[in-house]
Amino acid sequence: MELVFFFYFAFVIALASILVVTLRNPIYSALSLLIMFFHVAGLYVTLHAEFLAAVQIVVYAGAILVLYLFVVMLLNLKQDERYHRQWPVAGLIGLALVIEGLVLTIAKGLTAPPAPITKETAVEGLGNTEALGDVLYSTYLFPFEVASLILLVAMIGAIILAKKDLIAVNSEG
Amino acid sequence: MTVPLSFYLILSGMVFLTGVMGVLIRRNIIIILLSVELMLNATNINFVAFSEYFHHVAGQVFVFFALTVAAAEVAVGLAIIIALHRAQSTINVDDFQLLKW
Repeated sequence: MELVFFFYFAFVIALASILVVTLRNPIYSALSLLIMFFHVAGLYVTLHAEFLAAVQIVVYAGAILVLYLFVVMLLNLKQDERYHRQWPVAGLIGLALVIEGLVLTIAKGLTAPPAPITKETAVEGLGNTEALGDVLYSTYLFPFEVASLILLVAMIGAIILAKKDLIAVNSEG
Repeated sequence: MTVPLSFYLILSGMVFLTGVMGVLIRRNIIIILLSVELMLNATNINFVAFSEYFHHVAGQVFVFFALTVAAAEVAVGLAIIIALHRAQSTINVDDFQLLKW
């Protein structure tokens, strides 16, 4: 049963990510990325990461993708856009990586038993959100604070970069 | 977990590779940023799969931080795109030669 769900999610994720790259219209690309985000969230649920699934939908599908769609519609792109001329190089690199992955998969085999549950790593009894919060606010408290600083810097940077007068002054001078 | 870990790794590798191809072959800078999102999601799938495999919650914490950085990256990246579009009225990466000499 889990296998059926995995293959459904995996198939849709792979298909949607290929569509993101190949579709011509940026809005269609963004919408297929939305489909991919939802299915990644479903994959997280099957992996018992319910909190991350919720955050994936709220942050990625709710905030990041809306931002993308805003910019796509703001810039009003009409010019037709072809693939870059370096696509043979990209194809060669992709082919090499695919072959490497296949060789490694065949050499190492597909199955490995899951790691045993030890006392220090056991989070099974707790709910997922509780376990995550417990670790986040104790072991990873400093990175958590740094992440908030990153968000602050990104916010200020985005406002300054997108401000109109600043660019006008720069282009005059 | 009846699904082997390697299935998740193969899926994540495929999505990551698609993202790399998107960055390399597309000319629209918005699609390039979308491909970067694909790559970030591929690593996130990897992290969550390993977190389930080792029964350790640290992988999910890393995904949490990756999500934060992705949000910051999108905000700054789109602001840069808007500034570039205002200066040159194009979003084709071939037309951006400001740093070329």
